Amino acid sequence: MIGLQDAAVAFGERTLFSGISFSVPVGRSMAILGPNGRGKTTLLRALLGLQPLRQGSRQAPPVSGYVPQHGASQARLTGLEVVVMGRAARLGLFGQPGSGDQAAALQALEEVGAGHLATLRYDRLSGGQRQMVLIARALATGSPALLFDEPTSALDLGNQSRTLELLDRLRLRRDKAILFTTHDPNHALAAADDVLLMMPGGEEVHGPVHEMIEPEKLGRLYGVPMRWVSVAGPEGEERRAILPAFAGIEAA
Amino acid sequence: MRAALALGRRLTVPGLRFGTWGVLTALMVAAMLFSIGAGRFSVTVPRVAEILSAAALDPHAAITQMDERIVLLVRLPRVLLAALSGAALAVGGAALQGVFRNPLVSPQVLGISQGAAFGGALAILFGFGGTVLLGLAFVFGLSALVLVGFLARINGRTEVITVILSGMVIGALFAALVSVIQFVADPNTSLPAIVYWLMGSFSTATWGRLALAVPGMGLGLVAIWFLRYRLNLLALEEQEARSLGVNPDRERWYVFIAISLMTGTSVAVAGIVGWIGLVVPHAARILVGEDHRQLIPASALLGAAYLTFVDTLARTLTAAEIPLGVLTALIGAPVFGYLLRRHFREANRA
Repeated sequence: MIGLQDAAVAFGERTLFSGISFSVPVGRSMAILGPNGRGKTTLLRALLGLQPLRQGSRQAPPVSGYVPQHGASQARLTGLEVVVMGRAARLGLFGQPGSGDQAAALQALEEVGAGHLATLRYDRLSGGQRQMVLIARALATGSPALLFDEPTSALDLGNQSRTLELLDRLRLRRDKAILFTTHDPNHALAAADDVLLMMPGGEEVHGPVHEMIEPEKLGRLYGVPMRWVSVAGPEGEERRAILPAFAGIEAA
Repeated sequence: MRAALALGRRLTVPGLRFGTWGVLTALMVAAMLFSIGAGRFSVTVPRVAEILSAAALDPHAAITQMDERIVLLVRLPRVLLAALSGAALAVGGAALQGVFRNPLVSPQVLGISQGAAFGGALAILFGFGGTVLLGLAFVFGLSALVLVGFLARINGRTEVITVILSGMVIGALFAALVSVIQFVADPNTSLPAIVYWLMGSFSTATWGRLALAVPGMGLGLVAIWFLRYRLNLLALEEQEARSLGVNPDRERWYVFIAISLMTGTSVAVAGIVGWIGLVVPHAARILVGEDHRQLIPASALLGAAYLTFVDTLARTLTAAEIPLGVLTALIGAPVFGYLLRRHFREANRA
């Protein structure tokens, strides 16, 4: 379980959000949507305890698995060593990771389908590969909460699809409280149970994904008209996607 | 899965690559044996080994022969002091570079060296040496660090960049204070003493001086050794480290205190010996990589070998001793330049 109670964050005079309350129980996944600069990353940082709250409180495990937006350091370490760092909170000041930590890290890499990255140098991996290593590191913390900061934003379509599948797989295991921020409402449809919309002007609404991801609310969120379109799924079944009105080109 | 596990274990067990460790240890031992033998009164390496093993077997035997006196009373404490200082300075540099995520920082960046130099100069000005000099060097080295800590703490948080800037401020302050002492010092007696001491030398090494140096340097080395995995975590971005449950604000200071212990002690017993903390960790990174679990011991062995070797040059190249700080800079600057180019060539290729 991870969440905020009547929380407010302000930088000097500028209030990013106030009176925000929500919680994500273990077994559910929440997507956070909002326009640029509205405070999505700050909200995650507040949940992690990295951003002091002006008022209110947070409920969170001592350490959460966090996948930052800009993949970590330029550490000249192997993928496995980066994942092992997820065990830091268990090691203590003078601790050294042991074979148990190695095994947990390798298992986390296997879980995200990136076992082959264990021996490769992290700073030489592609953006998509780094993302997988960082997700494995978040899993290796063993925390019941996972927080992803725009996990798909810097990835090509293939890697976006793989990341969403992984997010959905983690969701369906129902053993973590998952939060992720995204700019694409279809990503919320693909991998979330609930959605938090950070509306322009300082209002936040949240609820189940089918109530939140709909043209009227998203139109208000981004200030562009939105509409449903039907697309054919992989097995020819009909699926729905939500797109802004500017998407697509006029058929000739 | 099991094969992958075994692979993972083999990959990251600390202490891998026995070959590298064997070579580094052999290098250090060879440098020390050679150094004990070399000098105006030269002793062959087998004879050095013979004298050392005889003394080790019977520490209370009377020292009668000339070569025994030179090896056991003059050169052995000097070589041990040089090796210990080399290890301490190199490890301090490696740890500091990790914490600051910047390969160009050294203990001088935090103002510790300048603070310690002021303490030592103050002691010499009032005609003190030995314990008082060491005590003052250590106290002022640590005060410089504490001042940096106060200056750098803004809104209850300490950022890396404010620490570096505060270190520059405090370092400049203590450098100015050293100049003040040199200005008021007696040009016939204390001024040359201060100037030569600041240039750095192990020429005054005795068993007593070694005993003074061992606690500070030993404690610092042991502390950094225990913190070696933590250094990997402290080398991450601040926010990222905190999200992993590390407290970089506090834990950095443990590293700083260990480093100021080692730096203050080394300034006290040998003056300012620059460049070791820059050159050696870079060479060690090329050999074993950036994981501090390997980088710290490699820096220690290489630093001990390197400073022992340079100190041997300092006392054997010419009839008079060349100041150690001059030699480490003369060798260090071009070597460091080469290592830097190599480092960035590699980084760009990656």
